[in-house]
Amino acid sequence: MAEYILEAPLEEADVRKLKLEDTVLINGTIFGIRDATQIRIFDEGVEPPADLSGSVCLHTAPGVKKLPDGKYQKLSIGTTTSTRMDRFAPGLLEKYKVRAIVGKGGLLQGSLDAMHKFGAVYLAIVGGAAAIETCQIEEIEEVWWEDLMPECLWKFRVRNFGPLVVAMDSQGHSLYRDVQQRAAGKIAQLTFDELPDSPGCGTS
Amino acid sequence: MTPDPSFYETLEVVARDLYVKALQDIPTDVRGALSRGLEVEKGEGNATAFRILSTILENIHVADEQKTLVCQDTGLPVFRVAIGNRLSLDVPRLQESLRRGCERATAERPLRSNTVHPLTRKHTGTNTGQGIPIVKFSFVSDSDQIQIQMAPKGSGSENMSFLKMLNPSEGITGIKKFVLQCIFESGARPCPPMIVGVGIGGTSDVAMNLAKEASTFRHIGSRNSDPAVARLEEELLGAINQTGIGPQGLGGATTALALNIEWAHTHISQNPVAVNIQCWRGERAEVVVDGHGNTTWK
Repeated sequence: MAEYILEAPLEEADVRKLKLEDTVLINGTIFGIRDATQIRIFDEGVEPPADLSGSVCLHTAPGVKKLPDGKYQKLSIGTTTSTRMDRFAPGLLEKYKVRAIVGKGGLLQGSLDAMHKFGAVYLAIVGGAAAIETCQIEEIEEVWWEDLMPECLWKFRVRNFGPLVVAMDSQGHSLYRDVQQRAAGKIAQLTFDELPDSPGCGTS
Repeated sequence: MTPDPSFYETLEVVARDLYVKALQDIPTDVRGALSRGLEVEKGEGNATAFRILSTILENIHVADEQKTLVCQDTGLPVFRVAIGNRLSLDVPRLQESLRRGCERATAERPLRSNTVHPLTRKHTGTNTGQGIPIVKFSFVSDSDQIQIQMAPKGSGSENMSFLKMLNPSEGITGIKKFVLQCIFESGARPCPPMIVGVGIGGTSDVAMNLAKEASTFRHIGSRNSDPAVARLEEELLGAINQTGIGPQGLGGATTALALNIEWAHTHISQNPVAVNIQCWRGERAEVVVDGHGNTTWK
């Protein structure tokens, strides 16, 4: 289990070397996206207003406050469950050359295949740890599509962003899948009895 | 007794402060359970699980120090209000105070608002709306106080809610299988380690309500007073933690911090089981208010 500090935007080689359970910290700039952002891009066919090539995309809808000069102040920025947005991930990787998706909960087999094919990874952030995450986001640099507030396209400058666990790598491995398979095996081995001295079931 | 004239204004401020406190200050029983989980993962050599729980505990500490929100999801506001029978309350005014308190927390803190119309998805901007805040009432004998518990129920965990009208012939075995199946299906999504609430009996809506009470308002370490139910709580908790789903679903021994069951009697032909999941933050805040507006924070 290796530890890496990566500078975003990323190169393909940065992500191809990552293995499951490696830990990553990120410096540089990352994008924030959520359901509505991706609905606009993929369902409505609107090109993203920023170049996502090589980028790290974080699944988030930040808590922010708009300042008089039009910029945004961060209040509480955390991460939302990725699995709902799974159907958009292959497109992010294939069409827009995103190199890493940061989220919680994971993505499914189709997205794992796309990571293998196009050279990308899924980095698991600790869900709910927004106090830390907010500190690690130094500034909200830009925002597009404010009509989708808070599900806009955001650009954050980050420092020591993490720890992020490599949960799905670019070689076809998924920690979520491994854990679920083991869990299925464990559950199959459990014996479910009626409790001793319980009245049993049904009527006699 | 009739409360002082300023009582309802006091309740509005209390509701506001409950909402903010719940979001910033993780309950003691939850902190303890997370710390115990950390030691277990350390002992078992689960490095990823240990790192995740360490980060969770560090995050709680940062939120304490900086007086910020622990998690960004400000949830849907749920209040549980126990009214003493000797207090003559204008309950609609009380409900209005709770609603206004949520609006003030949202405007003043400020908090992200999550409330949207279920069809149009249009935001209200206030964390209130039709049916929100959710308020559950109970009534207490020999008391002239009101106890208010507040939980901002997060969506990641709330989306992992389940109900099944089992056959009585499926018995307790059926209940156990169903609960395990729900946990398996939920996987990483409800931000494990979680607090699992199970509701058994009643009608379908009662079972769901009991599950919510069990996941969100029962303290970790409490046991159901019915010995058979308490045994089932223990057994299910053990089974869930044997799955190895672990913190954030990335593997480990700490999948659930607790499993609580609440029950009601049910019909001879029914065997309702509901599962509601609370995420690792277990956020709730509690206060007791007397008729003069004096508050005792728990």
